[in-house]
Amino acid sequence: MIELFQDLEFEPFLISFKLAGLTTLILFIISIPLAWYLSQTNSKMKPFWESLTALPLVLPPSVLGFYILVALSQNSPVGAFFEDVFGVKLVFNFTGLVVASAFYSLPFMVQPLQGGFESINKNMLEASYLAGKSKFETIIKVALPNMKPALMTAIIVTFAHTVGEFGVVLMVGGSIPGETKVASVAIYEMVEIMDYTSAHIYSAIMVVISFLVLLSVYVFNGKQNKKIGV
Amino acid sequence: MINIAINKKLHGADGQMDLSVNLTVEDGDFVALAGQSGSGKTTLLRILAGLEEASGTIQIGDEIWLDKKFCLPSQKRKIGFVFQDYALFNNMSVLDNLLYVHKDKRLAESLLEMTELAELKTRLPNTLSGGQKQRVSLCRAMMNKPKLLLLDEPLSALDPQMRTKLQQEILTLHKEFGTTTIMVSHDPSEIYRLAQRVIMLNFGEIVNDGSPKDILLKTSGSQKFSFEGELLDIVKVDVINIAIVSVGQQLVEVVISDDEAHSLKIGQSVSLGTKAFSPMIRGL
Repeated sequence: MIELFQDLEFEPFLISFKLAGLTTLILFIISIPLAWYLSQTNSKMKPFWESLTALPLVLPPSVLGFYILVALSQNSPVGAFFEDVFGVKLVFNFTGLVVASAFYSLPFMVQPLQGGFESINKNMLEASYLAGKSKFETIIKVALPNMKPALMTAIIVTFAHTVGEFGVVLMVGGSIPGETKVASVAIYEMVEIMDYTSAHIYSAIMVVISFLVLLSVYVFNGKQNKKIGV
Repeated sequence: MINIAINKKLHGADGQMDLSVNLTVEDGDFVALAGQSGSGKTTLLRILAGLEEASGTIQIGDEIWLDKKFCLPSQKRKIGFVFQDYALFNNMSVLDNLLYVHKDKRLAESLLEMTELAELKTRLPNTLSGGQKQRVSLCRAMMNKPKLLLLDEPLSALDPQMRTKLQQEILTLHKEFGTTTIMVSHDPSEIYRLAQRVIMLNFGEIVNDGSPKDILLKTSGSQKFSFEGELLDIVKVDVINIAIVSVGQQLVEVVISDDEAHSLKIGQSVSLGTKAFSPMIRGL
């Protein structure tokens, strides 16, 4: 049994978690203003923006992956710009994976945050404005601390979803060992070459980690809700 | 002195309505805003606070808050506002709720002392009773020493005893800080106790403006008592008719004539009065 584990490469897991961590961080920063805007606006454009952010939920990952691949390749203006100005290639490397994952996991961050902002008593926000505080200060000191379950859900689900990503990652990243070969892709390849033992171990690890992550969210949210009396 | 001349289209329950208010309030006055729900009281308060847009002008002393081209944001108006649902910051302790407005620990402590909340200052809002929460909210509103204190039905969710106690505290704070106070209220006894002036709104317009005594006392002529109530039923018993009227929280029976029985409709509002006897009053 021990030998089995010794032979296994754990690098794909490391890449998965590094990718998920970075994606979550980037999305967290982008999504707070976006979710705040969506929760506060009465604009006619709101359904448009909501549909756009929810699109990755319904699109086949291959469609999303294909467009991202086309948009980021060296032949596109975006890809060419990054290559010329920063000397960075955006496809078939880790940077490209992060960009693609950020698109793919966007709704998992935006939607819980928007729900959280919407659940906050509007009068509480107004009381903060009347106390002379800016919108930014109100979000940081009043809104976010009063929606911890939504925050927790957004962060963890985004992280877990990025770890579980397969289609987009394969299309945009390929499967370069040590660079873009994440755990889900590694399992796919093991099955392809009929290395079922390794596939079993990898899959079992994924199941256990995902379950523990979700369990921690639900336990935390249950406790928080009791504390603030929801 | 506060000069208000504002206009706003509202979409109420009965279609569109114009809120159109011209009003001057003297410094240090305590004004009550009364009127049926949907008459625009809360909206007027929110416009004063800068939480809602309107056209027109608002001027406080020599400061302009609203005119054609300019609208001072809520953040800069230095208003104290007490919401009906308290709107405390649930993530902060009682003391931190006050300090969030203004970092003046001495003022915060003295306000909490005045409202008997000093012992609760480290507690979180969700562990407090309704009356305690509203007192915290009141203290928080006073933290930036507002020129204008706006109260939106602050006591309507509280039981009568707690109301009386808090009315006293509102009055104390109003006097202590010399603020101009505008309060939305439905409760005549509360208005009578607190306000020097009552403004009645109906469908967005001022329909009555004067002292609480002139506006709220319903008796006329030689009437000793007069109450408004709702006619619930008319029952014929032998040769007389008995009307059952709901006044406040109580039901009363009144004998009425056949003519009266025909002219009244069940469900309508009625005024119930009596004269020519000496009312008795005793403590309960």
